[in-house]
Amino acid sequence: MTSILCPEIPNAGFSFENCKRNTLLQSKGLSLPKATKTGTTIVGIQIKDGIVLGADTRATEDTTVADKNCEKIHYIAPNIYCCGAGTAADTEMSTQMISSQLALHSLYTNRQVRVCTANMMLKQYLFRYQGYIGAALILGGVDSTGPHLYQIYPHGSTDKLPFTTMGSGSLAAMAVFESRWKPDMEETEGIQLVRDAIAAGIFNDLGSGSNVDICVIRKSGVDYKRTYEEANKKGTRQNSYRYPRGATAVLSTKIQNIEIETTVQHIEPMDTA
Amino acid sequence: MHSVMDSRPFFEDYSVKPMQRQFSPYADNGGSIIAISGNDFVVIGADTRLSSGYSIYTRDQNKLFKLSDTTVLGCSGCWCDTLSLTRILNARMQMYEQEHNKKMSTPACAQMLSTMLYYKRFFPYYISNILVGLDSEGKGCVYSYDPIGHTERSSYRAGGSAGALLQPLLDNQVGMKNMQNVQNEPLTIERAVGILKDTFISAAERDIYTGDSIKINVITKDGIKEDTFELRKD
Amino acid sequence: MSILTYNGGAMLAMKGDGCVSIAADKRYGIQMQTVGTNFQKIFEMGPHLYVGLPGLATDTQTVMEKIRFRKNLYELRENRKISPKVMASMLSNMLYEKRFGPFFVEPIVAGLDPVTYEPFICNMDLIGCINKPDEFVVGGTASAQLYGMCESVWEPNLGPDDLFETTSQALMNAFDRDAISGWGAVVYIIEKDKVTIKDLKTRMD
Repeated sequence: MTSILCPEIPNAGFSFENCKRNTLLQSKGLSLPKATKTGTTIVGIQIKDGIVLGADTRATEDTTVADKNCEKIHYIAPNIYCCGAGTAADTEMSTQMISSQLALHSLYTNRQVRVCTANMMLKQYLFRYQGYIGAALILGGVDSTGPHLYQIYPHGSTDKLPFTTMGSGSLAAMAVFESRWKPDMEETEGIQLVRDAIAAGIFNDLGSGSNVDICVIRKSGVDYKRTYEEANKKGTRQNSYRYPRGATAVLSTKIQNIEIETTVQHIEPMDTA
Repeated sequence: MHSVMDSRPFFEDYSVKPMQRQFSPYADNGGSIIAISGNDFVVIGADTRLSSGYSIYTRDQNKLFKLSDTTVLGCSGCWCDTLSLTRILNARMQMYEQEHNKKMSTPACAQMLSTMLYYKRFFPYYISNILVGLDSEGKGCVYSYDPIGHTERSSYRAGGSAGALLQPLLDNQVGMKNMQNVQNEPLTIERAVGILKDTFISAAERDIYTGDSIKINVITKDGIKEDTFELRKD
Repeated sequence: MSILTYNGGAMLAMKGDGCVSIAADKRYGIQMQTVGTNFQKIFEMGPHLYVGLPGLATDTQTVMEKIRFRKNLYELRENRKISPKVMASMLSNMLYEKRFGPFFVEPIVAGLDPVTYEPFICNMDLIGCINKPDEFVVGGTASAQLYGMCESVWEPNLGPDDLFETTSQALMNAFDRDAISGWGAVVYIIEKDKVTIKDLKTRMD
C-alpha cells in the first residue's frame, strides 16, 4: 500500500510513467524538445606507457551555446577516465553509473579495475538501450596490462585503437592525428598533438568551442589538466552597462529577514575535585 | 497493407510507397546584422562568418553592400539569394539613375527592395535584410525586412541568426526601454559603434553562427567610413 | 510548437558578491492566449534556497511538489538544511530517471550554501544535465533574448542593489521581445541575512 505517509520504495532504473502522456501531447502536434547536446570534439591517443585524453568545453542546445566551460572528461576509476560526446545528460549519467559499479567491483576484488572491464560494462549497458542512450565515448586508462584506449559508440559497438576521435569535430581532429600520430610518443609531444587536434575541432567545427581540457594517464598517476589552454577569450566591452540605482520601476517590496543560527559553546571548567 | 479480402496478387516491391527524394533550394549560411541610427548618421555592422551546418565556409565575408554614397544594405541568410538579389538591386539602381538622371534616395531604395522581395512572394529570397542610409533631411534611417517584403522604418534593428539575442539590448541601450529616471542624451557615433561592438561580442559568445570579425560602416553626409573589429574564432 | 513553449515563461539567475538573484515573469498562458498574470514559477525550498521551474505549467507544479516532498524527507532524516548543491543533484537524478518520458521543465536552482553562505546557481535541461557557470543561468521561452542581455550586462562582484538592477533590466528587456513571456515579474535577491522580494512594474502586453 502506498500512501503519502508511507511511500513504497521506488523501483530502480528508468521510469516510464510519463511516456503515455508525452506521446499523447506529441500526437496533438506538440513536438518534443531537444536535450542539451555536447556537439563535441573529443580525442584520445596512446603514448609511450600512457594515454592522453582531450576534449573541448562547449555544450550546445541547437544553435545556441548552453555551457561555455563544461567538463567532458569524466572520472571512471583512479586509473581510468572517459571522454563523452552526444547527449550531455547521457554521457554524464552513464559514466557516473559505471564508475560507481566499478568502485564496488574494485573493493570486492581488492584489485585495481582493468580498462577492458570498464569497456565491457559500458558497451553492455549501451547495447541494452539500443542506441537510445546517446553516449559516444572514448575510454582510456592504464592497468596491470598497460595502457588501453577504447572507442564506444552509442549502440554499444567498441574498437580498441591507438588513436581516436569522436563528436562533431572528429574529422577535423582526425586530420591532425592521421598526419602526425606515431607510436611511442613522449608525454610532451603527445600533449601537444592532442592540443592541436582539439584546437582543430574548436576552430573549424561550430559545435565545438571554448577551452582545451587534457588528461594524461600513466602508471604513476593521473594529471588532469582542466583548462589546459584557453583557446578563446571573450572580447572586452567598450562601455559599462551598470545601471543607475532606481532605474527599475518597482511595484512592491517584501523583505524576509533570516535569523542566522550561531551556536555558542559554553566551556565548563574541568572538574578537578 | 495487403488484406485477405483483396484478391489481387501481392508484390512487395510494388506495394510500398515510392521513394521520394527532395532537393531544398535554400541554405542557411548564418550571420548577424545590427544597425543603429542617430540624428545625422547611421552605423551598420555585420559579422564576417559564412557557415553551413557545423562548418565554416569563410571567416572573411563582407555582408554589407554599398548601394549608393548614402545607402548600405546588410544581408544574412541564404548567401546565394543574397548574391542574386544584390546583383539585380545594383542593376535597378543604375537603371533608375540613367532614367531619372539622379541618384536614388534611401527611402526610394527601401521601397524598391520591398517591391522586389514581394515580387518573389511564392519563391522568396531567404534573406534577412536591413537597409540603412540617410533620408532627404540627412537623418539616419534603418529599414528592416522580412523575406517577402514587409518593411518597417525604425531607429535601430538587429537581424540574422543572433537577432533575438541582440535586439533586447538595443531596446534597452538605444531605445532606453524599461528605465526610469535616466536622461536620454542624443546618441553619438562613438556610443553607437561601442554598443554595436559590445552586442556582437555577446552574440559571438552564444550564437555558433556569429563570430570571427565584424565589418562596420558609418554613414554620414561626408560619406561611408569602414571599420573592422575582431571577434572570437570558435 | 514544442511542449516547452506551450505555456511560455522566462527566468534567470545571477551570481553577485555574496548574494544571488533569481527572477521570473508572471505570465500563465495557453499558447498565444494569456490566462493568468500571477503565476508562480519560483519556489522557496529553504531560507537561502529557491528553485525555478520554467516549462510546461503542469509539470512546474508536479515537479515542485515532488522536490518539496523529497526535501522535507531529507531535512527530517538528516536534521539539517538541504544545500543548493544537494538540491541540484537530487533534481538532476529525479529528471534523469524519466529520461525516456521526461517532465517538460528546465529547472534553475539559486541559493547560498547553508554553512558557508557561498553563492550557488545552476540550471539543467529537461533530462537533468547540470550546468554550473560562474556568471548567470537562463531558462524558458525567452532564453535566446536572455542570453544576449545577460552576456552584455552581467559583470562580476555586483552588490545586492546593483545585482537587482542588472537582473531586472536583463529580464524585462528580454521578455518584451518574447510574445509568450512577461505580464509582470518578480525578483528575489538572496543575501546572508535577508531575502528581498520585489514585484516589477512591466509592460502588460
